[in-house]
Amino acid sequence: MNSVLTAASYILVHAPDMVVHNGTTQTTERVVNPGSEYLKQLPEHIRSYDQAVAYAPNQTYIGNMTPGQLGEMEQPWHDMPVAGATREGRYGEIMPQDEFLLLMQASDMFDLVRLDRAFVAKTKPALEKHPLLGQEILALVKAGEDASDIARAVNEEHAEGLYHMGQLVGYVKRAHDVDANLSAHVLLENLASKASAVLALRHLLHTSGVAPEEIEYVIECSEEACGDMNQRGGGNMAKAAAEVAGLGNATGSDVRGFCAAPSHAFVMAASLVKAGTFKKVAVTAGGSTAKLGMNAKDHVRKGLPVLEDVLGGFAVLITADDGKNPEIDLDIVGRHTVGTGASPQAVITSLVLSPLERAGMKIQDIDKFAAELQNPDITKPAGAGDVPQANFKMIGALAVKTGELDRGGLNGFIEQHGMVGWAPTQGHIPSGAPYMGFARQAILDGEMEKAMIIGKGSLFLGRLTNQFDGISFVLRKNRGAAQQQQEPGISKEEVRGMIAEALRSFAASMEG
Amino acid sequence: MDLENQKRVKDLAEKHGPENILVILGAAEGEAAGIAAETVTAGDPTYAGPLTGVQLGLSVYHVCEEEIKSLLDPAVYDEQIGMMEMVLDVDDIVSEMSAIRDEHTKY
Repeated sequence: MNSVLTAASYILVHAPDMVVHNGTTQTTERVVNPGSEYLKQLPEHIRSYDQAVAYAPNQTYIGNMTPGQLGEMEQPWHDMPVAGATREGRYGEIMPQDEFLLLMQASDMFDLVRLDRAFVAKTKPALEKHPLLGQEILALVKAGEDASDIARAVNEEHAEGLYHMGQLVGYVKRAHDVDANLSAHVLLENLASKASAVLALRHLLHTSGVAPEEIEYVIECSEEACGDMNQRGGGNMAKAAAEVAGLGNATGSDVRGFCAAPSHAFVMAASLVKAGTFKKVAVTAGGSTAKLGMNAKDHVRKGLPVLEDVLGGFAVLITADDGKNPEIDLDIVGRHTVGTGASPQAVITSLVLSPLERAGMKIQDIDKFAAELQNPDITKPAGAGDVPQANFKMIGALAVKTGELDRGGLNGFIEQHGMVGWAPTQGHIPSGAPYMGFARQAILDGEMEKAMIIGKGSLFLGRLTNQFDGISFVLRKNRGAAQQQQEPGISKEEVRGMIAEALRSFAASMEG
Repeated sequence: MDLENQKRVKDLAEKHGPENILVILGAAEGEAAGIAAETVTAGDPTYAGPLTGVQLGLSVYHVCEEEIKSLLDPAVYDEQIGMMEMVLDVDDIVSEMSAIRDEHTKY
């Protein structure tokens, strides 16, 4: 019996000051070219919170628009604010930076995040109104410190400043004098990632209606590493986030694999549930401060707003088959293996064509493909093209190569089986995951039957291997408990394999 | 272009002589190919990497340009690049690359 996708949540955090102070494009520029025109112009291109909320791809991310509705809007989207846009969405919310800084403090168990007293007094009432965070979390926000102490920590004690609206309002303290892995910089990244995962998990409890204590296992799949100098990636971000989110009965672990990590995590979670090891598994990831404003140089140069001004987060709940929610079909799993090679053709064949062929299916049997859902508003001006479009074109080209599609049908294929991208370029965030909630709903509503979620990862960035990576799986309409009970303990594939094996040994015996 | 790659191109040009180096690009888009080509000919236009202000003037082609494609085994090309070529705007890439070569390539 397959496991099912029960719920999904998607959150964004507007983080304009983190773009300036923590995004690596900007921190690198301050080292290499501190007096640059770019750094001078940057503040003029930062969006307000309201602008970020009214941005159509962000409204799509939290579920107030569907990818289909976004696709009907003419591109570019950055100068077409959505009328009536709201902070709250069907799947989550867009949290403002000031509230998030308090949530970062609530997510910090080592007294490393210190905030200005006046800032806390001003911001806490807003957070107290948050419907999903609860008293246990709010109680972790401290009264705050004097502004002079904050300035001293940043100027003299290697603390990393926390800013809001251009003002220093707090800092993250280093946790060790010499250990680079416990530096203020690393801890700020990890705590921002953790806090955004906490927010996504709290929303998941809401969208799923599941009680916190029912979740047995959490898999975290961001791209951060937490540990000290003796174990740089020791982990466990999953359990750390589960603790703050109030998942008292859960343990968990972290899965890493660059942008492909979420898809690896979904397959593992589905397998854990299918095997009966756990009944309810959450997969989550928070956002990346390092990637804020990653392409901002191009955006500024072209007179655009800095569009990479949000942290992304998501959480997905996978549970035992309930006969209703869409199944994660583990009989159709594609994987890029060590021997696959790195050519785009080989990659997409391994992830799309091979698993479908093994299952006796064609490419066009899949209603929608979801791979690398980066927002083209961000990537096109940066010279990276329309990433999802390129993926769907390649899948279509593969269908042409295998002869199931005419070349003339390529554009129609992309329109029918693809979608526009809406996810912020936060590495692991765009990789298929943002479509899970929409796919679940569309399948439940009877609009489609099968979606393929594809994760792809650029492992070479870690300089340990030149290997590319990827893993894919199919989310499909629930085939119902009755049909599944009839399924014998042996698949068609296995029968075919056994017959082939018998024939081979028969042939071998003839030769002998 | 990635700072590490800029450093590698610079080191190779110094070691073997710029007249002996040919750079082959695989960018998925005309503008990105153009920026990379500009970086190894006229210098890093983003003023970020080791090639800032360094006019190497190297020979540079995109792998889908006829000059390179014609040198390759068609079967290998088809297997490795054929599908990508179907998807790319090759005309745009060729026009960007030619413009940069005409202006900045010395060899």
